Amino acid sequence: MTNGWIDIKNTDMMLIMGGNPAENHPCGFKWPVEAKKTRNAKMIVVDPRFTRTAAVADLFLQIRAGTDIAFLGGFVNYAIQNDRIAKDYLVNYTNAAFIVKDGFKLPDDGLFSGFDAGGMTYEKSTWNYEEGGNVGPSSGGQSATAGASGSVSSETTGQQKKSGDEPARSFEQRSQPVGSQPSTPPGSSAQGGGHQAAGGPGASGQGGPEPPPILPPNVAYDLSLQHPRSVFQLLKQQYSRYTPEMVERITGIPKDQFLKAADLFTSIRKNGDMKKAATIIYAVGWTQHTSGTQIIRTAAILQLLLGNVGRSGGGVNALRGHSNIQGATDMGGVFDIFPGYLKIPQPSDTDLATFIKRTTPTPSKPAEWDSYNYWSNTPKFMVSFLKALYGDSAKKENDYNYHYLPKIDRKFSWTEMWDEMYAGKVKGLFAFGMNGVAIGPNSHKNIEALKKADFLVVCDIYPEETAEFWNSPGISKDDMKKINTTVYRLPGAGFAEKDGTFVNSARWLQWKYVAVPPPGNAKVDQEILARIFLKVRELYQKEGGKFPDPILNLTWPYTTPLNPSLAEIAKEINGKALADLTDPAQPGITIKAGQQVPGFAWLRDDGTTACGNWLYSGSWTEAGPLMQRRGTDDPSGLGIYQNWAWSWPANRRVMYNRASCDPSGKPWDMERRQVWWSEAQQRWVGNDVPDFKVDSKPDDHMGPFIMNPEGVGRIFAPLAAFADGPFPEHYEPFESPIANPLHPEQSINPVATKFKSDLDKLGTPDQGFNVVCTTYRLTEHYHYWTKNNPMNVQLVPEPFIEIPAQLADEMGITGGEKIKVSSARGIYVAKAMVTRRIKPMIIDGKKTYQIGIPIHWGYRGIAEDEGKTSLMTANQLSPAAIDPNAYTPEFKGFLVKIEKA
Amino acid sequence: MKMSNPQVFQIQEISAHPGPVPGLGTQRAVQVCKYIDVTTCIGCKACEVACVEWNDHPFRETTFDDTYQTMPSTDWNYWNLIKFAEDERDGNLMWLMRKDQCMHCEDPGCLRACPADGAIIKYENGIVDFNQNNCIGCGYCISGCPFDIPKFNQKTKKVYKCTLCSDRVGQGLEPACIKACPTGCLHFGTKHDMVQIAGLRAKQLQEHSGFANAGVYDPQTIGGTHVIYVLHDINNPERYGLPKDPVIPPSYTYWKWLAKPAGLLMAGLGVLAVFFHRVAVGPRLPQPEQPAPVESQPDPIEAKRKEQP
Repeated sequence: MTNGWIDIKNTDMMLIMGGNPAENHPCGFKWPVEAKKTRNAKMIVVDPRFTRTAAVADLFLQIRAGTDIAFLGGFVNYAIQNDRIAKDYLVNYTNAAFIVKDGFKLPDDGLFSGFDAGGMTYEKSTWNYEEGGNVGPSSGGQSATAGASGSVSSETTGQQKKSGDEPARSFEQRSQPVGSQPSTPPGSSAQGGGHQAAGGPGASGQGGPEPPPILPPNVAYDLSLQHPRSVFQLLKQQYSRYTPEMVERITGIPKDQFLKAADLFTSIRKNGDMKKAATIIYAVGWTQHTSGTQIIRTAAILQLLLGNVGRSGGGVNALRGHSNIQGATDMGGVFDIFPGYLKIPQPSDTDLATFIKRTTPTPSKPAEWDSYNYWSNTPKFMVSFLKALYGDSAKKENDYNYHYLPKIDRKFSWTEMWDEMYAGKVKGLFAFGMNGVAIGPNSHKNIEALKKADFLVVCDIYPEETAEFWNSPGISKDDMKKINTTVYRLPGAGFAEKDGTFVNSARWLQWKYVAVPPPGNAKVDQEILARIFLKVRELYQKEGGKFPDPILNLTWPYTTPLNPSLAEIAKEINGKALADLTDPAQPGITIKAGQQVPGFAWLRDDGTTACGNWLYSGSWTEAGPLMQRRGTDDPSGLGIYQNWAWSWPANRRVMYNRASCDPSGKPWDMERRQVWWSEAQQRWVGNDVPDFKVDSKPDDHMGPFIMNPEGVGRIFAPLAAFADGPFPEHYEPFESPIANPLHPEQSINPVATKFKSDLDKLGTPDQGFNVVCTTYRLTEHYHYWTKNNPMNVQLVPEPFIEIPAQLADEMGITGGEKIKVSSARGIYVAKAMVTRRIKPMIIDGKKTYQIGIPIHWGYRGIAEDEGKTSLMTANQLSPAAIDPNAYTPEFKGFLVKIEKA
Repeated sequence: MKMSNPQVFQIQEISAHPGPVPGLGTQRAVQVCKYIDVTTCIGCKACEVACVEWNDHPFRETTFDDTYQTMPSTDWNYWNLIKFAEDERDGNLMWLMRKDQCMHCEDPGCLRACPADGAIIKYENGIVDFNQNNCIGCGYCISGCPFDIPKFNQKTKKVYKCTLCSDRVGQGLEPACIKACPTGCLHFGTKHDMVQIAGLRAKQLQEHSGFANAGVYDPQTIGGTHVIYVLHDINNPERYGLPKDPVIPPSYTYWKWLAKPAGLLMAGLGVLAVFFHRVAVGPRLPQPEQPAPVESQPDPIEAKRKEQP
């Protein structure tokens, strides 16, 4: 979340789409309800089904699964056509005025410029800004709107030249002056890979000897936004194709209903009023598509266009479905990032300097503007991370043991990992805290893959589908004998049996305490992992190996090595000084060697600090475990609660909050003022921690989006930020009932990964797969393990399939009757729930039905063991087709056919 | 342990009790009330779980009913059930979710109907509670309830229902369902306060959400209830499965005032008859021993069964 759960109470308008918070986040949903009750905020819900959330919405629209970009693109078009945009915000806080390179082409035919049909990738050199200064009609370097006091003084220009025009400094020298504690990675939205010019392993890993193109240090711009190649004009042109009629053809939402929603949502910017704020709330209903990342991009563009980002009651808010999925992501739970969203090296990063150079951005902006470019601190974060990993053995002379780090030459995302296991290349799997077979996609393929593995280690608290893949339905006793995979089951501890932190959607690190000890031989995760690690290290010590150094030199400084306490680990993540530290910006303060650092502004790139995750630095300082705080003071009444737990980054509750003020530093809305420029103190002050360089005067025109090298929000995302285009474009799901009405020849995302194994079949309407199917969870369940809790089983006794009443009538199906749903990959049998909450839709002139299947059941659990279910997992149906940026599979919106069982 | 508030548990009346009620109406006590805002209920069932857990109800089988509802109706060991209903309003679909439980009527039909001394108690605070120790399992309360709430347990032959967590309320706590509600659609407080905030919410719905007929369900036909709802459409409570003008079946209304005195009269006459019989005929004297009657023929089936090993 850019904002946080509680902040939703401050909103005037909610668009809830790609998420069903009432169902999946019922506790957080109190805040949308609060906004309705206390502010008369309006709630628009867009979903393939009329959901529990829709039940309390002011307006509900039924959308075809997988067409969200068409819908949101229609909103962008509507906002521009009806002048419901935040002009000052747009000009000063986004790259709307930047000029895009000549040769860049919009995807009228479904393809952006630079497409390489052979490699199914883009060559992105035209996806860049033009070099050069002010090219607008009034080239005086002034802010576009007369009223906005964002004009730039000449001193600032000089200052800026000093810091901005030296891109070739070595990483040791490229340090930011440390005065404040700013920062704000894109973490909670699914744009983890997108903030730097150089892309991930897929992007430049395949690049030849030519260095990848970089952003120009001095960007050409036109503050009047009239230049035909300005980002704003390109945006306008791109989404002019997303007319209400086109939206209706693609999404199935009737034109009048779409216009009603567009009018309602953009009404917050009626007549240029900047007081109100709208929020967009989403979850995996957006990410789980082959264009998932771009759906979220479209939302971000819409929010930048309306000036809603950084503001109380605004933002783009990802609801995380797991109690700690935010923490897993922050701590490097994805294959291409280290903790704190630092990149993982590629083979071409031959030494630390090369790696740092590739991954540390340099400012790219109009020369008259300032850019904090906070990722310029990458070297400090990276070296401190290496010191946390390898301790004393990490020295300047040996590149802080940089060469110990794995280099990734290809993608190892979830779906790719299973594909490689199925291909016989991945030989073993450690499955902790997840149920890979049930999660899918294409569960059958995952079962087949496990059959080919040498070993499988499952740590769980219940018997589950992955540990018992060898006993899945359809495997006979004889088949079982042929499975040679050795399965080890480890007794894990449940969430209430261990302490530690959960990081919630609002980015709060909250400490929790043990409620009951683990039963029997069950052990907490860190003990299991420590025992495995120490045993492996012992083996390396005794027997040697190909490359024992990274294992032998890993620091393991815990009081109880076999069972490290999570408090010690939390302190290690926060980071400490390894030598006495002083800072010229904060005279008189010395952080003594061995002390916890107060925050990431104190991290150094010379080996004098160690820090496990720079983003969490400040969470457990010399002041104690701030993550354990339970202060309930909220003097502003905005629900900021500065002393409750600890929020990354730097205990800041709303990210990019500089954008809550106009260019002169005055809040857009005094009633919801978060931070502001204090003339008296000559610094940014406020109710929240300013997400900004605290002493940067408004006249300096430093951009509020300090994690972008531009300093401004990206409406146009340049270069390798995204694999599939600088603007989002609607592509059909991999399995779709129609060809893309925008460009039938290029119906699907051209760079999304397609798997080629014999089990990766895709179905078409011609083969009879003509019903759109989506999958989801129920509020009564937690993932797959509540199958084992009588209370949850009682609440939803049996698996079911939601089907539209009209379809049931046509097929003669009555509620409670068993039906069989099949996709090109598998079948699923359950009882039909006949409902009016899913209506038939007209998609591009064709009557189309959607159905929905809740995921949860499988072949182990109370109902399963009693023979009350069909022993199938819903994800036997879903396809292994993945988004090219976040690698998320398309669980929402694939094709099936329905029969009576 | 916190002392319970004696006022809250001051007995107002008890079922089928002849003569004066002990401690009747000495002081005006706080009237409690649960207010349920149906318009912000998301049907998450947290209240169902809280109810089952607080009351230590055992796991029970439920059946799929073609809806999201846990089961078709409340049961003797399932006192709190969210009822789901799909409904159209001005061409727009609505998915109504209403938490169903005992309404704790001001004029409780169950209590009116109950013939068992002390099986149903209404406290000064408005809570209507069942005391299974005194329940005779006649089931009159079931037919006396306009909301179909009390449920019979075949095994114990007693009737059960929501207690409004009288055990918690007596200790100054809110009912378990209220504590569990994540959206705040459930409220608990004095009847006066609840009626007031429910009224404000209904007004807000009328003025800002386009529900011109929003209103508070607190049916006066039974003197009001200690569980009140805000509904999108107060004119059609049937859509939520609520009776528009709930009434206690007339037979039970008359029970206390007519049938019961009549019954008592009959009983009195009976006693008198015994008395006069005694006076006229004299006491029953010991009768001479009679030989045991000849045992009836054994049941052939039973006999056969006994023969089998």
